[in-house]
Amino acid sequence: MSEATVLQMIDHEAKDVPLEDIDVSQRELWVQDRKWDYFARLRNEAPVHFCKDSEFGPYWSVTRFADIMEVEANWQSFSSDPAITIVDPEEDFPLPMFIAMDPPKHDEQRMTVQGSVAPKNLKNMESTIRGRVQKVLDGLPVGEPFNWVDRVSIELTTQMLATLFDFPFEDRSKLTRWSDVATGGPETGIVESEEQRQEELLECLAYFTNLWEERAKQGLSNDLISMLAHGEATQDMSPQEYLGNLILLIVGGNDTTRNSMTGGVLALNQNPGEYAKLRNNPTVIPSMVSEIIRWQTPLAHMRRKATKDYVLGGKTIKAGEKVVMWYISGNRDERAIDKPNEFIIDRDRARQHLSFGFGIHRCMGNRLAEMQIRILWEEIQKRFHMVEVVGDPVLVPSNFVHGFTDLQVVLHTH
Amino acid sequence: MPKVTFIEHNGTEHSVDAEVGKSLMQVALDNLVPGIDADCGGECSCATCHIMVKADWLDKIGSPSDAEDSMLDLNPEREASSRLACQIEVTEIHDGLTVDLPEFQF
Repeated sequence: MSEATVLQMIDHEAKDVPLEDIDVSQRELWVQDRKWDYFARLRNEAPVHFCKDSEFGPYWSVTRFADIMEVEANWQSFSSDPAITIVDPEEDFPLPMFIAMDPPKHDEQRMTVQGSVAPKNLKNMESTIRGRVQKVLDGLPVGEPFNWVDRVSIELTTQMLATLFDFPFEDRSKLTRWSDVATGGPETGIVESEEQRQEELLECLAYFTNLWEERAKQGLSNDLISMLAHGEATQDMSPQEYLGNLILLIVGGNDTTRNSMTGGVLALNQNPGEYAKLRNNPTVIPSMVSEIIRWQTPLAHMRRKATKDYVLGGKTIKAGEKVVMWYISGNRDERAIDKPNEFIIDRDRARQHLSFGFGIHRCMGNRLAEMQIRILWEEIQKRFHMVEVVGDPVLVPSNFVHGFTDLQVVLHTH
Repeated sequence: MPKVTFIEHNGTEHSVDAEVGKSLMQVALDNLVPGIDADCGGECSCATCHIMVKADWLDKIGSPSDAEDSMLDLNPEREASSRLACQIEVTEIHDGLTVDLPEFQF
């Protein structure tokens, strides 16, 4: 289909576009935050929907909570190989990573590193994280606007990532850059060309290869690089596979929690009654954390490939076809979640959301993410009456990373 | 009705009536036993209803299915007696069953 004939969703209302022409992957829907009505229509009228052509080729959209669970639970029929986003991998620059593998290799590689964020380790990290949050918050200007994304969300998640890798702390902004470059192609403006993107990712590989060599010589320690360098399933990885897994860990630990940290501020500002609830009762914070993660859905989708013909929701998905599970839609499915379009910080069953995925690829760092966001809000509430949003949020131009590049706020003390 | 006992990591015991036909996870939730998250609602897809079965009960309880085994494998703190409570359906034979809860759900 040529560019000229592609129907642009952004130029129409969701109700006016013929069902078969709906393409929820179009970037402008995400840039302008207009995707919601399209997803509501798909959930109601075509919950398992085939888009015959798009920038990313033909793909199925799965938009209801229960259907997404069915796909998640069935890795034998829905493979994660070769990629977990709607974008097909670059043929000349493959990035194998365990999230985009099936058992048994997936299990072996994941098991090598998942101990780093096991609950027992997290308990030991709590005071370090709290100290950093306090320092970052105490360094913020009061009464004047600044970008919450840069000063708080990115800063905190990047510090955390540096700790998990035992990465040179003074160089930690490199991690933020590599995370952005990994998920953003030239069309996002993050890099100018695919060549530049690959060049920067190879710099990432070179930097981490030094760390690998250093850690391999030392005994096994508790950081991710050391675990990879000493792990039976990972010590002989190719450089490209090392890079792929690094990107997985960098993006997984960075682009996700970062956007929940920002999304929570925005959601509380848009729902002053909920903000008041929080002020009156800080014990609601753990439940609020889950609600923020549902509300934001920092990764909007995951992609699978059907390994065999499979009937889902009455539609036959053919072997080899691309299947996109839209977590962001499932998290607003009224069939599974009560009043899904309301942000309710003390909702029942707040933990039952799709943002971490389910099944064998479920987010490895979910408990760490929750802990970081919980501590952030505990410390915010001790210091500030309100984190007031004073500008329109600027969204990441992506249908995968659902987040922000800019959110101007002003702090008000108690 | 069979009686089952959940023991929290701190030693607190909860002896509760378990309705036949329900999952052990649902029994824990119904009786407000703390320490079971059950994020996926009983679909064997999140491993947040992790329990450890007391040694003398292992034979009666049986082994996990392949799907449950894969999910248990996600937890680095898995033990030989680990099971997912959502995958154990209560029957009359479970009267007297005792299970330990982990310090944290993964």
